[in-house]
Amino acid sequence: MAISIPYIIQQVINGLVLGSIYSLVALGFSLIYSILRLINFAHGDIIMVGAFLALFLSSSALPFWAMVILVGLAGCLAGVVLERIAFRPVRTAPQVTGFITSLAVSSFLQNLGILTLTAQPRTLRIPDFLSRITTLGPVGIRNIDLVIPFLAIVFAILLNLFVRGTKMGIAIRATAENLQVARLMGINVNKVIVVTFAIGSALATIAGVMWGGRYGQVDPLMGFIPGLKAFVAAVIGGVGSLPGALLGGYFLGLSEVLFVGLLPPQYSGYRDAFVFGLLLLVLLVRPIGLLGRSVEVEE
Amino acid sequence: MKEKPTFLQPILELRDVHFYYGGVHALKGISLALHPGEIVTVIGANGAGKSTTLRLISGLLKPRSGKVIYSGSDITGLEPEKVAALGISHCPEGRQVFGRLTVIQNLLIGAYLQKNRNEIQRELDRVFDIFPVLKERRRQYAGTLSGGEQEMLALGRALMSRPRLLLLDEPSLGLAPMMVEAIFSTIASINKEGTTILLVEQNASMALEVAHRGYVMETGQVLLEGDSVQLLANDGVKRAYLGG
Amino acid sequence: MELRPFIDYFSLRRLIYRFVTWMPLRWMTLAMLLLLTGMLALAQAFLNPYYLSIIEFIGIYIILTVSLNLTNGFTGLFSLGHPGFMAIGAYVATLLTFPVARKPLMLPNLPAWLAHIEIPFLPALITGGIAASIAAVVIGFPVLRLRGHYLALATLGFIIIMSNLITNLRDITRGPLGINGIPAATTIWLVFGWAVITVYVCWRILNSSFGRALLAIREDEVAASVMGIHLTKYKLFAFVTGAFFAGIAGGLWAHLVTAITPRTFWVPMAFNLVVMVVIGGSGSITGAIIGAAVMSVLAELLRPIETTLGLYGLIQLITATILIVILIYRPEGIMGHNELNLAALVKVRSFGVSRSPSAPEDAKEGENRRRT
Ligand SMILES: Nc1ncnc2c1ncn2[C@@H]1O[C@H](COP(=O)(O)OP(=O)(O)OP(=O)(O)O)[C@@H](O)[C@H]1O
Ligand SMILES: [Mg+2]
Repeated sequence: MAISIPYIIQQVINGLVLGSIYSLVALGFSLIYSILRLINFAHGDIIMVGAFLALFLSSSALPFWAMVILVGLAGCLAGVVLERIAFRPVRTAPQVTGFITSLAVSSFLQNLGILTLTAQPRTLRIPDFLSRITTLGPVGIRNIDLVIPFLAIVFAILLNLFVRGTKMGIAIRATAENLQVARLMGINVNKVIVVTFAIGSALATIAGVMWGGRYGQVDPLMGFIPGLKAFVAAVIGGVGSLPGALLGGYFLGLSEVLFVGLLPPQYSGYRDAFVFGLLLLVLLVRPIGLLGRSVEVEE
Repeated sequence: MKEKPTFLQPILELRDVHFYYGGVHALKGISLALHPGEIVTVIGANGAGKSTTLRLISGLLKPRSGKVIYSGSDITGLEPEKVAALGISHCPEGRQVFGRLTVIQNLLIGAYLQKNRNEIQRELDRVFDIFPVLKERRRQYAGTLSGGEQEMLALGRALMSRPRLLLLDEPSLGLAPMMVEAIFSTIASINKEGTTILLVEQNASMALEVAHRGYVMETGQVLLEGDSVQLLANDGVKRAYLGG
Repeated sequence: MELRPFIDYFSLRRLIYRFVTWMPLRWMTLAMLLLLTGMLALAQAFLNPYYLSIIEFIGIYIILTVSLNLTNGFTGLFSLGHPGFMAIGAYVATLLTFPVARKPLMLPNLPAWLAHIEIPFLPALITGGIAASIAAVVIGFPVLRLRGHYLALATLGFIIIMSNLITNLRDITRGPLGINGIPAATTIWLVFGWAVITVYVCWRILNSSFGRALLAIREDEVAASVMGIHLTKYKLFAFVTGAFFAGIAGGLWAHLVTAITPRTFWVPMAFNLVVMVVIGGSGSITGAIIGAAVMSVLAELLRPIETTLGLYGLIQLITATILIVILIYRPEGIMGHNELNLAALVKVRSFGVSRSPSAPEDAKEGENRRRT
């Protein structure tokens, strides 16, 4: 196999694209986890919701940026509705109950998709300017591969500004650190939780647009594995930590792509085993992840 | 003389409050009252139920039976954020500042319910007046402060909402004697500015010195109550809590 | 793993003692078994193969849920790993029973020793179960240290890794195509024979000192370890025993459906098992049986609607909805920690740790385990 410089650059870019998507999803995962200590499985299926929204909107005359914003707003709504209907009622139940609930919500969303849209994959077309190729030195890169990391970084910066600089953002961090004392300050925890679900889901739907646009296909089960991998990314980075989620996302995206791209092709089928093997490894060796703060994983 | 007029309606009243942690009967009928402008202290040994009492007032816990009356209205079982909105500020045991927020962010969160920016700024200036060290360290993460500084921050944070009633849970815990003096004198001056204070303490002599009245709790019950002067003179109190 | 409690448990003295003290119970059990035998005989005589296969699936689900309950219900370890163990049992048993004559066609690249092996179903099934329990030892040893939903996540990772490996080890599994033409060796007698064994073993375990240790771990892990319960040993025992029966169920499944693919034993299977256990009442053997039966029957009732109206996904959608509703309004499931009243005579004398399973107690215990 010829491993040339342009090939490696192309692989790294693929890794950054994948990492960007994982990061956006992982940020939402971590945000929700930091407040509720909930592993929200259904978060991955929000990716699918976003991709389908993009599919429906792609036939309209909406400009791309407006479409992304619209999908994000719809994602907020989806998150708020799910929180209200499914997660709020079990909030005080034992931890595992929340987890099972999220499994149920995930199954619900997937099968709602199958029921209403069939399991057939559909093709998502992206605007021409995104599929055009820009030549950078020795490599030609599709514009979408530049737009995805750019957007991901923009959203990560916006999220950072939000949680550090706004009253609500600081309240979210206070609640994540100490829910009881946050309530003593007059913080309405319900509101905080709704906001985290809204933000997290918005990021996931936007990641869904990216995924659908980049890989061209949309189907009701598409979100599950990327969602799980994004959670793996969050665990690698240190679950509950936002910089960790970002770092973990890029780490996982790059290592997954390089695993497939640099090893002999007969190993590429083991990509999922590699990622989840990594999860087991991190859980067992360094459960707090790269940037995590506290160990709540083990007995 | 620290005597206060008693004909005023109590700002806070607990009536026969019972509470259970699972099967443990932690509060067995607590009744107490605070009048506007008072400092009232609750003293007692470890596990007497002092912190539990404060948690019931601020809404972190809900009583099994009994009532919590604040300014004449029943607030039993109200959510903590609603209680906070009524002007009750609970400064919890062990300080519990938000270690991953900066000092100034902690203070701003203390004023979470205050919408008016000018008001917030005024409170911030007041807190910085009382605790100048917090001003110096305002950009530092609260987790990196010393124990005494964290206590000041916790107090400052509780003051930011301009409470009518301040619940303090062992503010002197783990502090050096110098620091304890300073904290207590601050508490007294906060009270002089008009805030009613319910002070839970194990440091009984200091607490009774600043307080107008006191309650002595033992295994979930109020054993004794009275003026600080009376309690300080009480033989039982002397023996059990004042090391005499 | 230390085996002492095992030997103690099976000691002759205790067996005789128990036999004497539980005489009436023995008769009751015998009566129930006769009833079951009669019903199965009737079913076999009069039902068409389709209904018969539904009953066989229910039996397999009973094996799965009752054995899953050993960890998830009684020890408080939330595992999603059962499909992974089923896959091991299914593939191992299939490779052993698959006719040598047809192996070169189906699996041309099989290693020689596997290509020339063909053994009867029962030993193949048991070998599959043992293979699954060996995998459980390997997986469980590190993973059972994890707590709460992290254990669930790790075991979910295990399912995905398993199915990924099966997909890629084409020489022995035929990859994503799966293996078909498996001998239809599963009978209703085998299925329910194993179901009875599963129930019996779980029930005996729970009624032993070993079982009480498991319950103690569920109630309060820290307290249990302070009491001197060797956590890893007990957790591993529950996990490995569960995996054995999952392996058996996988083998039965393969020889009932006569075709397996990596996707058969995937996340939806784990989800369905969890639904059955939760709905039946995690912490109750009869609850697990009821959950398995109710959800299987429900799925079969809905299946005609799904296929005739083309509403694919309907069954799973309704299942998920039921689960959410149950979690919100009756998280303890149908049975909670109790056993079926009809079986009051068959039930273990006390399931709880020195407490009778009464409602207020349950509520309180729930409260203690809540998150803050
Ligand atoms: N979360 C809890 N769960 C169970 N029991 C508790 C809990 N918190 C407190 N208790 C019990 O309730 C009783 C009262 O506790 P509380 O914290 O109110 O005592 P305290 O007077 O504040 O003691 P200290 O001076 O040590 O702070 C104690 O016996 C304690 O063990
Ligand atoms: Mg206390």
